[in-house]
Amino acid sequence: MNKIRLATIWLDGCSGCHMSFLDMDERLIELAPYFEVVYSPYVDTKEFPQNVDLTIVEGALSSDHDLEMIKKIRANSKLILALGDCAITGNISAMKNLYGSEAVLQRGYFELADMNEENRYPSTVVPKLLDRVIPLHEAVKVDYFLPGCPTPADAIYEMIHALINGTTIDISKYTRFGK
Amino acid sequence: MITSLLELEELANCKRCDEESVIEELRVCIGSSCLSRGADEIEKDLKTAIEDKGLQTRCRVKGVGCSGLCANGTLVSHYKNATKENILYEDITLDDVDALAISIEQEKPYSLKVCDTNQPFFTKQTKIVLENAGIIDPNDIEDYIAHGGYATLFHVLHEMMPVDVINEVKISGLRGRGGGGFPTGQKWESVYKVQSEQKYIVCNGDEGDPGAFMDRALMEADPHKVIEGMIIAGFACEATKGYIYVRAEYPIAVEKLNHAIKQARKLGILGNQIAHSGFDFDIEVRLGGGAFVCGEATALIASIEGNRGNPRQKPPHLSDYGLWGEPTVLNNVETLANIPSILKNGGEWFKNIGTPTSTGTKIFALTGHIKNTGLVEVPMGITLRELIYEIGGGTSDGKPLKAIQTGGPSGGCIPTQFLDLTIDYDSLKSVGTIMGSGGMIVIDESSNMVELAHFFMDFCKSESCGKCVPCRVGTTQLTHLLEKFIAKEATQADFELLKELSSVVKGTSLCGLGQTAPNPVLSTIRYFESEYLEGIKND
Amino acid sequence: MIKQKVRVKSFKINDITVTGRSDQTLLEVAKEHNIFIPTLCYLEGLSCVGSCRLCLVEIKGAHELVPACTSKIKEDMEVITTSEKIDSHRKMILSMIFSERSHTCSVCEANGDCELQNKSVELQLDHSLVPYIDSRFAIDASHKNFVHDPNRCILCSRCVRVCSEIEGANAINIAGRGINSQIIHDMDDPWIDSQSCTSCGKCVYVCPTGALYEKEISKEDVITKREIIHNLLKSRAENE
Repeated sequence: MNKIRLATIWLDGCSGCHMSFLDMDERLIELAPYFEVVYSPYVDTKEFPQNVDLTIVEGALSSDHDLEMIKKIRANSKLILALGDCAITGNISAMKNLYGSEAVLQRGYFELADMNEENRYPSTVVPKLLDRVIPLHEAVKVDYFLPGCPTPADAIYEMIHALINGTTIDISKYTRFGK
Repeated sequence: MITSLLELEELANCKRCDEESVIEELRVCIGSSCLSRGADEIEKDLKTAIEDKGLQTRCRVKGVGCSGLCANGTLVSHYKNATKENILYEDITLDDVDALAISIEQEKPYSLKVCDTNQPFFTKQTKIVLENAGIIDPNDIEDYIAHGGYATLFHVLHEMMPVDVINEVKISGLRGRGGGGFPTGQKWESVYKVQSEQKYIVCNGDEGDPGAFMDRALMEADPHKVIEGMIIAGFACEATKGYIYVRAEYPIAVEKLNHAIKQARKLGILGNQIAHSGFDFDIEVRLGGGAFVCGEATALIASIEGNRGNPRQKPPHLSDYGLWGEPTVLNNVETLANIPSILKNGGEWFKNIGTPTSTGTKIFALTGHIKNTGLVEVPMGITLRELIYEIGGGTSDGKPLKAIQTGGPSGGCIPTQFLDLTIDYDSLKSVGTIMGSGGMIVIDESSNMVELAHFFMDFCKSESCGKCVPCRVGTTQLTHLLEKFIAKEATQADFELLKELSSVVKGTSLCGLGQTAPNPVLSTIRYFESEYLEGIKND
Repeated sequence: MIKQKVRVKSFKINDITVTGRSDQTLLEVAKEHNIFIPTLCYLEGLSCVGSCRLCLVEIKGAHELVPACTSKIKEDMEVITTSEKIDSHRKMILSMIFSERSHTCSVCEANGDCELQNKSVELQLDHSLVPYIDSRFAIDASHKNFVHDPNRCILCSRCVRVCSEIEGANAINIAGRGINSQIIHDMDDPWIDSQSCTSCGKCVYVCPTGALYEKEISKEDVITKREIIHNLLKSRAENE
């Protein structure tokens, strides 16, 4: 049997959903034989690989880097699973939309800064913020949505289980926005 | 107080004699459009100039309502009683006043500014509703009476039964001129049949479509016609109280109506025991605060009651539960202004004008890229080509015509392949638009249809009352989506969403505003899809 | 006004024959027969305004969908409460509600006790079908007990109705138009300055989201207090 080439990534999120993934505990061992993890914070691949079967994406799109990544992910993945509220609604990450990126930078790099000798925003190395934080599906086509903040481990397990078996599940039994 | 038709006729005759004592009249159009060009100053100066020349016994200067050709205002017509000859002068400014007075004195036409009334703009019109516009002084009830006004009312009150009136209106085939096109006779009948101690007639003068000014002109030019129509409606439905709901942005119309009501009350044409007939009816003018949604029946009623102008779910319909919970007839200004002529000449006469399903005439406000901007009244069934090219004189800059938008924010656009389409309720519907209240916006090749759709959507977005979700949020979402197309930043998915969202807003909104708001989008997609596709970026 | 005698009517909902009184609404009869129709602005005991549009149903022969909460039943009518079209329309409408303001469940007082959140479960909406609008409104926390956060408001007008119809204070109304509509107290005064507010809290207990909430209160207490309106109506009905 060919193993499912799995990638996971966290964009503008808190990693809580990745923690939740690990919270599947011993069920991870049950799932492990089905997967080859080709890219993830859990492994040490630097470049997003080609021919990925399933990419699980946590977090919203906040910067030009996020946008670039999600387009690459879409191009290289057969299926995308949006994991958690940030990826699906923008959630906490998108709360700054009410104030604008400029206000956030101002607050972060000037008002709250202990030192900012050059007295300017970082313009290199740190990716440029988008005008609006957006959920994944506003930029690319997303195949599955699994809300929650963070998405409960049970929901992740049931979803992955269903994907392996080619069945469908009613995710509302396991999770919802804000769960 | 006038108590009988005889007395009314006496007054009319007396007024006519008085008129005939003056040999000629200078009628200055003081409709809103000409007024904005200083017609009131012209009227004043003309009066002074005529008096200075000592001609005031021979020639009277009076302000009249809209004569239609607003593009060429200020319009002044010179009417001679003996010959019934009428010379129309266009583009009159204060500089022309002296020359005009001299021409009166010398009894020669002021040839520099003579407007050719043999052009199709005038000859192709049929004036029923606007028969008095540009002729009578709207401030003078006697002038209206001298031109046959209120005679029909007296005849109706003394000679007819409510059912006869309703029957006559049913025979006429008159349909609502506000846009919906509901048969007026049927509406009246349903209210007539409801048993209630109190019923109301409400006249909808909350004309809100961008580019529409038919009702304004009518209320300004001939307020008594509307009042007469309302009293007859009240008699037919056994209602004793009427309200005219006018938007506050029409101060001149409000002033004319209030003045007219006062005069009518004085003569006993409004109030208790009208013309000793045992019928009581009075009218009040109510001002709207300028919300487009208040043109919607239930919102208008809420506004009259003093509440926030929010619509409510129908049923119950107004015929069962209208103003203050009582059975109510709500008719448009133009609909009511048709009533006196129908009862004067009979339903059969009216039925023979227009087409079998859309009888009578319709007033249109021609605006946009058209030469003869203005107000015209034409028989139903005229073709768009006749209206735009013959009456309207074609596009203003001679650029090719692209489309005609009817029905305002609730309507759609008609591309040029349908120029030979007849104008009536049903054929306009068949090409995806509506008759609407009569705004007709002519669009030439220089316009972008997505921007046009955006203009109307943005309008609906600002005018949505916010009560129901699909209209409140949907119009905002649609406006944002259209902005993406204009910026050429849209995706194929946005195009699909645009269509899907339009259909949801149309199918689920609470009132007419939301239900029709997507129409300009849907109709431009239908005929000008390529302009939307140009807004999709290649990614 | 015309008063009609109450009669028994029988008709069909989803091909099931049901009966009700002629003064009942479709929603009431459906509920009595355990037929589920989603609602949001509806609250038993308050007048029905049909503004959220989630309870739209199809009546055979009618050319448009009608809200079940305001539609009186008629003999022999055939009602369909769910179909592909109705379900997809409802999902789009619910998406619009989510997109309108800032519904960030994870930081909301009402998380876990929110009717809007529950609606996403009932209608199986796992993501918004329309982009978020991202508008921001000022929060009014001036009142000693209550907070009004318009960013979580869905403009269902339950608070307006309960204040007018049950409390009789008429302290709350809606100001502004369209997307900028907002709940206000009196003449758009800070809540604490409202002359007509009796601080009874009914508006807070009927709020389906976290737009109106009580300060320093446990989730359990909130749920108990929600019963107040129901119990009040019940005891008033018994006293009549």
